[in-house]
Amino acid sequence: MKITRVDTGNTAYLLGCAALVMLMTPGLALFYGGMVRAKSVLNMMMMSVVALGVVTLVWVLVGFSLAFGDSNGGLIGNFSFVGLRDTTAVVGHGIPLQVFAMFQLMFAVITGALLSGAVADRARFWPWALFVGLWTLVVYVPLAHWIFAVDGFSSAHGGWMANALGALDFAGGTAVEINSGASALALALVLGKRRGWPREPMRPHNLPNVLLGTGLLWFGWFGFNAGSALSAGAVAGNAFVTTMTASAAAVVAWLVLEHRLDGRPTSLGGASAAVAGLVAITPACGFVDTFGALVIGLLAGVVCQLAIRLKYRLGYDDSLDVVAIHGVGGLLGMLLIGFFATEAVNPAGADGLLYGGGPGQLGRQLVAVLATAAFAFTVTYVLAWLISRTIGFRVDPEVESEGIDEAEHAETAYDFTPLTSSIGRTT
Amino acid sequence: MILVTAIIKPFALGDVKDALERLGVLGMTVSEVQGFGRQKGHTEVYRGAEYTVDFVPKVRVEVVVADDVASKVVDVVVGAAHTGKIGDGKVWTTRVEQIVRVRTGERGGDAL
Repeated sequence: MKITRVDTGNTAYLLGCAALVMLMTPGLALFYGGMVRAKSVLNMMMMSVVALGVVTLVWVLVGFSLAFGDSNGGLIGNFSFVGLRDTTAVVGHGIPLQVFAMFQLMFAVITGALLSGAVADRARFWPWALFVGLWTLVVYVPLAHWIFAVDGFSSAHGGWMANALGALDFAGGTAVEINSGASALALALVLGKRRGWPREPMRPHNLPNVLLGTGLLWFGWFGFNAGSALSAGAVAGNAFVTTMTASAAAVVAWLVLEHRLDGRPTSLGGASAAVAGLVAITPACGFVDTFGALVIGLLAGVVCQLAIRLKYRLGYDDSLDVVAIHGVGGLLGMLLIGFFATEAVNPAGADGLLYGGGPGQLGRQLVAVLATAAFAFTVTYVLAWLISRTIGFRVDPEVESEGIDEAEHAETAYDFTPLTSSIGRTT
Repeated sequence: MILVTAIIKPFALGDVKDALERLGVLGMTVSEVQGFGRQKGHTEVYRGAEYTVDFVPKVRVEVVVADDVASKVVDVVVGAAHTGKIGDGKVWTTRVEQIVRVRTGERGGDAL
């Protein structure tokens, strides 16, 4: 199991990919920040900033160990890597375990930050910081263990979903995407709707920021998806191709459908489409070919767009559509693996229904999807409810109408006051 | 003296300003305003959610002129702002009781 020789190419590659994935969280902050109203953009972005802080600490102290330490029945790791001790060993693909730990950390950070989109404008800052740290430990870490901890990689025994079940998830359709979607729904339900939603206008205040964030997410996603090969080779190359193809297909499909439904192709639509395509291809990128990626992207552009309308029908205020884009997109990608996977691009994968593989893989994918969604929703609901009932999670109604930036951070994002002489320094 | 107030489409401001200068009007006050008349607002769609924007951006131009040129000023502004499409705006006049130039203290017509 232990490989002692460092592969410098793979190690350099994975270090670069880890840094790319790190950039996705500030990118997400811009993506989300532009979508909220001007009075709450700083709070929106700060939820991502503090996720970088808190989740990193949780991860290096105990999270990585529980996710990738030797498994207890396929459910959770052990404490062998607490504080990242004993992680200088070289593991599969000639990568130092420490480097793998950092690569995986970035996934944990962005997954936690993703949830903030469900509770825009109304979550108190410190309860959020507490939530995202605890959530990483009790929701993200077990799910990462189930799907990312492969037998014999960091430890002898890994998680049940990847090993006993044999579900395929290349870069996080379950632990990152379906998880964030299901958890976002639970969080939005516990915190409740924004005051005035959906009657009052809550249109995005800065669409260029959304597009800048989209660019950073898209760029970082190559590290996320192609990096998940953990080696710079053919599988990584395939993941890069499918990532770009699916995202491009989603942009085209989304804009055409949007023009037909709403009369115009919009910039927010284009940005949302790119992310939806990236989400859907995430689990599949290392198992499907270019054709599969094309179909997955086109479907993501249609299905995720229609899924956004659900919240108005069902009445939950998932403010920035984490459920529709990440939950539904992840679900789509996971299930389509059962159709489009082909061992021609990755012998470690499987053949889906279209490549003569039979329905078995689709069944395994379905089990993984349902288990992830049920676990994430239930545990997140309980955690958010506990925080809500003890220290309180939601800001006062006045704060919400006057703006959470001023109340929680004593700052305003933009200086709209031309009469600067009316602002005096007090210290 | 007459205060001429014009609410016009923002892009018409340059033409209105040039026309007033050609007529010899020596100053004006311009502000960005929002409102609606028969044009009403417009709709915007974000991820399928439709918003009606009631107020559309307009420019308000204000000039104070002598009684004898007021109707000519109104004609010039209307001519310069006219496109014939809905939303061109409105121009109205108001009688002004007193006017003072702050720098010199001049009053009435001398202050124009």
